[in-house]
Amino acid sequence: MAGSGRAPLRQDPMLLSVENLVVEYGSGPYRVHAVSDVSFDVRRGETLGLVGESGCGKSTLGRAILQLYRPTAGRVLFEGADLTQESGEALRRIRRRVQLIFQDPIASLNPLRRVGEIVAEPLAIAGIGDGAERERRVRAVLNAVGLDADMVMRRRPHEFSGGQCQRISIARALVLEPDLIICDEPVSALDVSIRAQILNLLEEMKTRYGLTLIFIAHDLAVVKAVSDRVAVMYLGKLCEIGPAEQVFERPTHPYTSVLLAAIPLPDPDAPVPEALAFGEPPSPIAPPSGCRFRTRCPKAEARCAAEEPVMREIRPGQFVACHFATANGETA
Amino acid sequence: MSGAALLEVEDLTVELPTERGPLRAVAGVSLSLAAGRTLGIVGESGSGKTMLSRAVLRLLPHAARVTGRVRFEGRDLYAISREALRRLRGRELAVVFQDPMTSLNPVLTIGSQIAEALREHLGLAQAAAFARAVELLAEVGIPEPERRARQFPHQMSGGMRQRVAIAIALSCEPKLLIADEPTTALDVTVQAQILDLLAREQSKRHMALILITHDLGVVAGRTDEVAVMYAGGIVERAPTRALFKSMRCPYTQALMAAIPKLHAPPHTPLAAIGGSPPDPTRPPSGCPFNPRCRYAQERCRCEPAALTPPDASGHQYACWFPVGDPAAAEG
Repeated sequence: MAGSGRAPLRQDPMLLSVENLVVEYGSGPYRVHAVSDVSFDVRRGETLGLVGESGCGKSTLGRAILQLYRPTAGRVLFEGADLTQESGEALRRIRRRVQLIFQDPIASLNPLRRVGEIVAEPLAIAGIGDGAERERRVRAVLNAVGLDADMVMRRRPHEFSGGQCQRISIARALVLEPDLIICDEPVSALDVSIRAQILNLLEEMKTRYGLTLIFIAHDLAVVKAVSDRVAVMYLGKLCEIGPAEQVFERPTHPYTSVLLAAIPLPDPDAPVPEALAFGEPPSPIAPPSGCRFRTRCPKAEARCAAEEPVMREIRPGQFVACHFATANGETA
Repeated sequence: MSGAALLEVEDLTVELPTERGPLRAVAGVSLSLAAGRTLGIVGESGSGKTMLSRAVLRLLPHAARVTGRVRFEGRDLYAISREALRRLRGRELAVVFQDPMTSLNPVLTIGSQIAEALREHLGLAQAAAFARAVELLAEVGIPEPERRARQFPHQMSGGMRQRVAIAIALSCEPKLLIADEPTTALDVTVQAQILDLLAREQSKRHMALILITHDLGVVAGRTDEVAVMYAGGIVERAPTRALFKSMRCPYTQALMAAIPKLHAPPHTPLAAIGGSPPDPTRPPSGCPFNPRCRYAQERCRCEPAALTPPDASGHQYACWFPVGDPAAAEG
């Protein structure tokens, strides 16, 4: 199956392993196949970039890891514990160690609360510390994300710009000192000049707090800037996964090449981006048979409709799900 | 150049009243565009690029105070009657907005929305207008145009809807098309298709195009000239190649440097611009970029810099200490 198969899973202990994950919702003829048999893992201290276009299932996947959507099938192992089997207090305990940062920095902060309360809330929910201890932690984390705690604690989100609100969101995610943060398009609502500040901040925080990150985004250059490994997703399946540099320089899946070729480069002498794939992704309600990318793939043949390609290792550490992929790669 | 210009904007300023006092959205912008040429306008949110394009179309809120002049084929758009303006808009001056879901009417079929423009401006009869609408849908690359013409906007994807918006804009063969972030809401593979479509239709029709975007990548390969906006004003303007070869304004250079590069190795720190753009109701004195500029000196804090006259390559910039000048290197 395209993007299926557990080949990309590594042997040594991982912080997070996602195995054969399936997320579907709706029923009958309108059942949405949002994530279809996806397997990957993330080592402690690593940043995994997850790229794909809108509707590919990348955000659903991020939320399903946290059990915000209950997976239809498959396992999510966090330090060996299967989150899909956990509930109630046990799940809440694990969730303290896995935090989420959202795309829209302003909408994800409660407009009625003061910044100090917003950032302290995870501590209050987890029942950590008394008032003074919480305030000490909140101040420390606000200062760490580049805000002046004295200035911002008593103010409300509307008094801040998008970039500052994203700093507040990051502080809220950090205050419990989690192991893993899932960042869902954390910079796509920000302007270029602010985006760079926030990406640099995430990198700093990763080092300072010893974090592991899953970085979900549609912008390949942004993903490459922060990721050790990259997974490319299309219509609920993984197409390709491997070391960031290798995947971008020598993509082996036609979809990865199509994405790379479509990026407009800020260089008038670079070739104008070509639309190598035509049309738009089909609906996840009725995904194509065989390889899901075949309806837009410049290389598709009859076999692609009949048989779903399985993930296989094409170069050391780089896995691809395409019948025609070779180790020489695509010419991107 | 001014004799041949299709569009001339002269010292255009737009102020909007707000509770916090007047907000200067566009600050003394001058530009000209010849028939068949493409001008890219680049800027971040709040830089005034959208307000500038609305001012060119005279599509501003009633409360806006506009000074300066906008001439289209020699006619002053702020001096002609509303009726004359209405005939011009949609016919000779067309626009494509960022979000095709909100710019299309949700309760009318695609075909009737395109036909409306044709009946209104070209006086086509109902049947002829509908037939032409189907042709236009085919021209903008919509498969099964007959069937699609009878559908509503919500039945189409984002990319398809933007193709429809382009079909409406092109329906009366405009001389100038303003595309305001036409691909920002779209995925990258769809963006490439829409930009290709705009370029193809432009050269086929010899139409002038203003492409407004926040993405230097989009303007690099698709425009003849670029104007960079910051805090309501044009800070640098040049033929596209000349601009990318040597960016003279520290802001333009910093904006370029802040973009993550696809060829850079992972974890390369980005050259971020510190601070945030100024509050447009409280602009700083002097050059509006001075509080964030690494080259700023005393003069930048007191005196705003005007655009220089164009050099041999047509390059203009508003900076006291432009990048690449010995004076700036010392600072």
